Amino acid sequence: MSKELIHLNNISKSFDGQMVLDELNLTIHENEFVTLLGPSGCGKTTTLRILGGFATPDTGSVVFDGQDITKLPPNLRPLNTVFQKYALFTHMNIAENIAFGLKIRKKSKDYIADKIRYALKLVNLEGYENRMPDSLSGGQQQRIAIARAIVNEPRVLLLDEPLGALDLKLRQEMQYELIRMKNELGITFVYVTHDQEEALTMSDTIVVMNQGYIQQIGSPESIYNEPENAFVADFIGDSNIISATMIEDKLVSILGTRFACVDTGFGHNKPVDVVIRPEDVELVAPTEGILTGVVSHLIFKGVHYEMEVMAGGFEWLVHSTALHPVGEKVGIRVDPYNIQIMNKPESEDEEAVAVDI
Amino acid sequence: MTSKRKWLSAPYTLWSLVFIIIPLCMIFYYGLTDKTGAFTLENITAIATAEHARALRLSILLSLISTLICFLLAYPLAMILANMKVSQHSFIILIFILPMWMNFLLRTLAWQTLLEKSGVINSILTFLHLPNINIINTPYAIILGMVYNFLPFMVLPLYNALSKIDENVVNAARDLGADNLHTFFRIILPLSVPGIISGISMVFVPALTTFVISSLLGGSKILLIGNVIDQEFTQASNWHLGSGLSIVLMLFIILNMIASAVFDKEGEGSML
Repeated sequence: MSKELIHLNNISKSFDGQMVLDELNLTIHENEFVTLLGPSGCGKTTTLRILGGFATPDTGSVVFDGQDITKLPPNLRPLNTVFQKYALFTHMNIAENIAFGLKIRKKSKDYIADKIRYALKLVNLEGYENRMPDSLSGGQQQRIAIARAIVNEPRVLLLDEPLGALDLKLRQEMQYELIRMKNELGITFVYVTHDQEEALTMSDTIVVMNQGYIQQIGSPESIYNEPENAFVADFIGDSNIISATMIEDKLVSILGTRFACVDTGFGHNKPVDVVIRPEDVELVAPTEGILTGVVSHLIFKGVHYEMEVMAGGFEWLVHSTALHPVGEKVGIRVDPYNIQIMNKPESEDEEAVAVDI
Repeated sequence: MTSKRKWLSAPYTLWSLVFIIIPLCMIFYYGLTDKTGAFTLENITAIATAEHARALRLSILLSLISTLICFLLAYPLAMILANMKVSQHSFIILIFILPMWMNFLLRTLAWQTLLEKSGVINSILTFLHLPNINIINTPYAIILGMVYNFLPFMVLPLYNALSKIDENVVNAARDLGADNLHTFFRIILPLSVPGIISGISMVFVPALTTFVISSLLGGSKILLIGNVIDQEFTQASNWHLGSGLSIVLMLFIILNMIASAVFDKEGEGSML
């Protein structure tokens, strides 16, 4: 992997006695698209604000390229931020908005004019120089906010839920745009979102956060396919999370039935959680399944059918392109490598466990 | 339906007719006629006579100074208030609004008592062996009275405008490399212009037209245009001249209203 650029070391932060971040450690590499993903209140925005310099951690340090920047004010940091709801300067036109940072750095007129043209081209809004921010749509304003940040050639671009206010179609479009821009600019993106689909689509690395702790760090594939705990499994995509017992290596008892799996090292007869993605549950003829059950709900979702199958006392969520009407008896099969075994949390309400990385 | 609802506005229509429209028409009638009832512009042009022009100039000067002082006092305060949490600032806003609940005349009379040659302030100063201040019956006392009375009208629109500025817009400026000074002059100040305009007109207009503050704190020597008009109506019983001068004063108010309408599209001043 490329060079390490940012280190967050033992960052803790509390507001009004409420712990928001607890001993957070995170390393961000050069040219990485990192997404901080989690539900609201998980500390992802606070982490971004600490990176941008808008919040100071109670303890811990922020090290950027070997230099401690924990106490550096935002205007002296080599990062730029794209804010939620754009935060454009409504009293300036688009060109003045984009030129703001460059004028402060006392760049020449020609340089600024070049940069404005380049930035507007990059965000596909050529010819918008003299428009006012209020006359632009949400998506266009968002692009201007990005343009305004990137003309300063930051080494890292921080994005705080930048697509949150856009409608679905525009959001998907902008996701591709952001990936393209990142590749074109060759800089690091740190992206905050609560939208797991957004995170899976764009990121090189996803950092799943909950209640101030990092739950898992990994590529979109590993986060989706090998969630480390029930929170991650539940938060990323739909899933069947079932209490089970690990009988021995590569053998797990789910709902009283033995399933072959590929995980090892959990010990003998150990209580665990298993995650099975709904698309990994195969519905077959009752005689061919490991478990048998009855379809209890059916919804057409476009690409696939979403079914619920009552089997072994558990309501299985199943995605399949084949239709099985409500009331049909079916067999359930799961391929061994589609069963993901996770350690149980210490107690029921200890959902947010600190994960050692 | 519609015609029934229209009746609901009847009391207001009647009110405006009796207390706004008719008096305004009377002002224009008196202002544009002489004692015989013949049309004349003399009452308007009378503003150019030395005595009236001096009163108008002094009114404008004192109002401008008071407005400026109000602005300089109110802006930092409004900024502090806007940056406070709601629970903290409501008390301070209350302190500022509280005097407004008391009668305007009483407040001004209180200052007269305070500022008198042997008044409260000077008694305390004498007791402390400090030099007395003698500003009663001078323009300084009038300015003091104006600033004291009209300061809340400056604070509130400024506070409204400043608290509407998105925190992230300020953060964005900082993020793009602006230091505190730059952020203030390039972002905060321009974005608060509607509040500034509204605050200025809400202080300047009443200051320009006041005759109570000047007669209570300025003695009988200092005549503002408000006092001149007051005297024409109450002492000289020359309604024609009084109305004519009022029309001139109205012109200034209308200019001010146009300026606020142009700059204050958000209606920062409308909460008062």
